[in-house]
Amino acid sequence: MDTNLPTGSALDVLVQSDRARTTLYTDRALFEQEMTKVFENTWVWVAHASEIAKPGDFKTAHVGLQPVIVVRDRKGEVHVHVNRCRHRAATVCEVAKGKTSSFVCPYHGWAYALDGSLRGVPFEAGYDGQLDKPQLGLRSLRVEEYNGLIFATCKPDMEPLTDFLGGAKKWIDLFMKQGAGFPLITQGEHKFRFPGNWKIQLENTTDAYHFPLVHKSFLSAADRETVDSWDIMRKGGYVEDLGNGHSVMVMMPELVDLEADLDAPIPEKFEALAAELRHDHPEQQVRRIVRAVGGCGFNLNLFPNLGCSAAFFRVLQPISVDETEIRHVALGMQGGPAAANRARLRIHEFFQGPMGFGTPDDAEVWDRVQHGAAGGRDLWILLNRGLSHEEMLPEGGRRSDVSAETGMRAAYRQWKKLMEA
Amino acid sequence: MTTTMTRIDAAISLEEAMQFAWLEGDLLDSADYDAWLALWTPTSRYVVPIEPGATDFENTLNYAYDDGMMRAKRVDRLTSGQSVSASPVPRTVRLLSRFRVLRSDAEGCELRCAQLLTEFRRERERSYAADIEFLFVRTADGLRIERKVIRLINATAALGGIGYIL
Ligand code: FES
Ligand SMILES: [Fe+2]
Repeated sequence: MDTNLPTGSALDVLVQSDRARTTLYTDRALFEQEMTKVFENTWVWVAHASEIAKPGDFKTAHVGLQPVIVVRDRKGEVHVHVNRCRHRAATVCEVAKGKTSSFVCPYHGWAYALDGSLRGVPFEAGYDGQLDKPQLGLRSLRVEEYNGLIFATCKPDMEPLTDFLGGAKKWIDLFMKQGAGFPLITQGEHKFRFPGNWKIQLENTTDAYHFPLVHKSFLSAADRETVDSWDIMRKGGYVEDLGNGHSVMVMMPELVDLEADLDAPIPEKFEALAAELRHDHPEQQVRRIVRAVGGCGFNLNLFPNLGCSAAFFRVLQPISVDETEIRHVALGMQGGPAAANRARLRIHEFFQGPMGFGTPDDAEVWDRVQHGAAGGRDLWILLNRGLSHEEMLPEGGRRSDVSAETGMRAAYRQWKKLMEA
Repeated sequence: MTTTMTRIDAAISLEEAMQFAWLEGDLLDSADYDAWLALWTPTSRYVVPIEPGATDFENTLNYAYDDGMMRAKRVDRLTSGQSVSASPVPRTVRLLSRFRVLRSDAEGCELRCAQLLTEFRRERERSYAADIEFLFVRTADGLRIERKVIRLINATAALGGIGYIL
């Protein structure tokens, strides 16, 4: 029996430029192919530099379904190792984050240095000197970093990260300005799962269309200024395809560059914070911090697993064809004023996470998508919103209005390219 | 003042604290939110932390860190019909047990207990186990909650959307 999926242009039955087949959310065989063809042939985000700031710091993550350890060695170099003992496959680390000087497998005690090399094998005499230790270090992936974002790839000849990010780099740089002059750091995370395919969440990071409806209860609870700033359907925002599956959705054009317009009036909701900051900071710095505290006015989608989303990182992790884990990583200013970092935490808690005023409603509608996708498997997921007025940009990108499905079209084009390869 | 009234600085007994914790749980399970909102002092906090040992909630990311205004908004969200995840609000049943008074004096009563909560909504049943740390105070109007900290045993794991009040 031939269980191979269609290849080459035969994928047209699954994905076209303005639509995708419902089975993209439900087909188990397709999911398994994605985990290798997509996730093992691209750069996958694994950490922010601040999460492993010092030698010996590590965190565990995944590249597709492969468990990995992201660790900074004694010399400060970052490694991403497959979390699998070279003896008989046990994980060598089951701790989410921490500090260590080595990784010791709990099964028979093989010990690995931070750079992955195999250092110790208990009762080594049993191998009669035949064990080729230099060849039995942890498998390490290629690692590259851009502006604090650390990516790994399973593909040895993957293009350099900076080429892969391409047009997204400028937006990453803009996103990092929310440190307001301080280094950006992670400040904890909310982690939750929903019973649905990972691409449902991938689509959502550049989906302005759902915001006024799904997040009505958030808007009802928010103050007037926040509601005005979230009136994104009427603010002249846009979505741009940045190439390689990446896209940006500019929701609040006035908050694209957080270092511009520092003389603009301070929003009333941040007046108390500004007053507190004025005790210890000059006026220009107060303005810079206050302007950055709510994050920037856009969501940057980096295919396949990271969203730089207004004020936080959204990390998606496929679990199975119909289960996905999402992390919303809060950000802050390293060494910045505690009052401003607190304000960031409260803003994050308000919308994000399993008890936020936004996330549970997102999770509910994604769950509904997965449930509904059991019906009409031959029907299309429509991705054509905003296509009729999409402009081609001189540098090769495409742009349409804020609620256009341009970002989703970009992601599915990249998906198709990788699945066809 | 009648002699049968308890003095305002009298320490809260285990029996009183238990009864009050059960009252709070019952009001939430029976969706009697206005009565629930009235149980709290003006300075009180409702906290669902993430990290097991967290104590500096103000400077740490939590699942919830609610003052009175946020609690009122949370209740609005459950009753307004605007939230798709809270329409309908999940049914919940919570069992509180293993009560222990850690401290009780004129300042207040620290009560620690276990909570097993089962939620049901849209054909799906889920449960959450937690340690709850209450700080109760006695006021002229009776006992009030000054602090409630819900430490889910799986707080650092991936949770599902929680569309109700833990
Ligand atoms: S499996 Fe790791 S030492 Fe045997
Ligand atoms: Fe949303």
